[in-house]
Amino acid sequence: MALCGSKINVMSRGFHTTPVAQEIRKMARLRVVDNSEIGKSAMLEGKPPRCIHVYNKRGVGFLGDKVLLAIKGEKKKAILVGLKQNQSPRIPKFDSNNVVLINDEGTPLGTRIHVPIPHILRTLLQEKTQTKGADYTKLLAIASRYV
Amino acid sequence: MASVGRILSHDIRQNIQNFKSLFGKDCRWLSSQAIETQAKSSKENADDKRKVDDRENTAPLEFRFKYPEFLPDPNAAYRNSTRERLERMDMMARRAHIDIPTFYVGSILAVTLSDSHAVGKTNRFVGICIERKGCGLRASFRLRNAIDKQGMEVVYNMYDPTIQKVECLRLEKRLDDKLLYLRDCPIEYSTFPFDMEPELIDETAPVRINTLKVPLKPPPWLERWERQDLKGVQEFEVNEKRRRKAEKHKTPWEEFDLMKIYRQTIPMEDQKDIFAEVYSDLHKLEITRRKMARKRKFNRPDKPT
Repeated sequence: MALCGSKINVMSRGFHTTPVAQEIRKMARLRVVDNSEIGKSAMLEGKPPRCIHVYNKRGVGFLGDKVLLAIKGEKKKAILVGLKQNQSPRIPKFDSNNVVLINDEGTPLGTRIHVPIPHILRTLLQEKTQTKGADYTKLLAIASRYV
Repeated sequence: MASVGRILSHDIRQNIQNFKSLFGKDCRWLSSQAIETQAKSSKENADDKRKVDDRENTAPLEFRFKYPEFLPDPNAAYRNSTRERLERMDMMARRAHIDIPTFYVGSILAVTLSDSHAVGKTNRFVGICIERKGCGLRASFRLRNAIDKQGMEVVYNMYDPTIQKVECLRLEKRLDDKLLYLRDCPIEYSTFPFDMEPELIDETAPVRINTLKVPLKPPPWLERWERQDLKGVQEFEVNEKRRRKAEKHKTPWEEFDLMKIYRQTIPMEDQKDIFAEVYSDLHKLEITRRKMARKRKFNRPDKPT
């Protein structure tokens, strides 16, 4: 009975008990902005994915960095396409931390990104793409709008 | 903070005015204030503008609100008169190339700039100016807009050489010096269409003040808005603890702190010297801008069908 009660309590809770992370590091909550099945359902359920690893040497994610997400009990890779943190002049700062899910080859899981993405990503992702590695520029093709 | 400090807020000025009326008008120890500010009618201001032919080189008083970036940082540690003069020269050189219109916090701007990352190598952003910062060549402004219900902000340096064009689509002021609270407002209050047409305005009329009061979303907020005296926000409730703390952190004596005002402002005499240096050039640019605007209007007659 107690277990049942606690379960109901947890499910009905409309807020997070962990503080907001000021930068993208492990355990930061993110927002999936593509129309992939898993991403959409995770956002609808109010269970945004958490970053569990940042693929750079600092451990803090910046625009265009690849991260590993824990999303609906699965591990997925994603690219950061919009950040809340202050940016240098001319680079937009967004109201949420946006990610687009990709697979190991760099192909996005969805077919559309429904928010604008910064122009500078075109350069950043091209720089990160290696000839024989993953091709991250595929993500740019599904963007609906640049800003 | 510096930009707010450089130009006195209306309240403070009012206080000083009252203060001065007690001690008579001719008190030199309050020399950082403009006694005539409020007494001067708009007609007299117009006369001032005409005086440029007489080579009097007296910039109208509203220049400190129109061109706040020409005033240096009031902090003496950051002052260097030679650097400031050189920067002013550079700023005028840049202004000779692109037309930076007059705008205030709350105006809607469109910025076109060359962007090596963009497809067509140019990028245009439209948004409401929510903050103006910095002085001299480091002056910058922050535009905010929401596209596809995604709020975003971009900071532009005013004298950035990559900027191709700055348009003021709607010239107006809001009730506050900074509109950072728009981040915690419903998204429709920071949504502006990209295909907005520039509004035609009467340049002689005083700048319109938009008295819109925006509602705040429920907490959590990005800042403690209850501690800031916001005029452009609707009444909102905070919990008992936050209200008590806000009460505790109030500093009602600061508006009477003359030394604080003195430290945060550029004295009137210095302002006069600075604007005298750039006034004739700025005035010439203003005239050419007006001429160009008239030309553009004239060049678009409706074709009889």
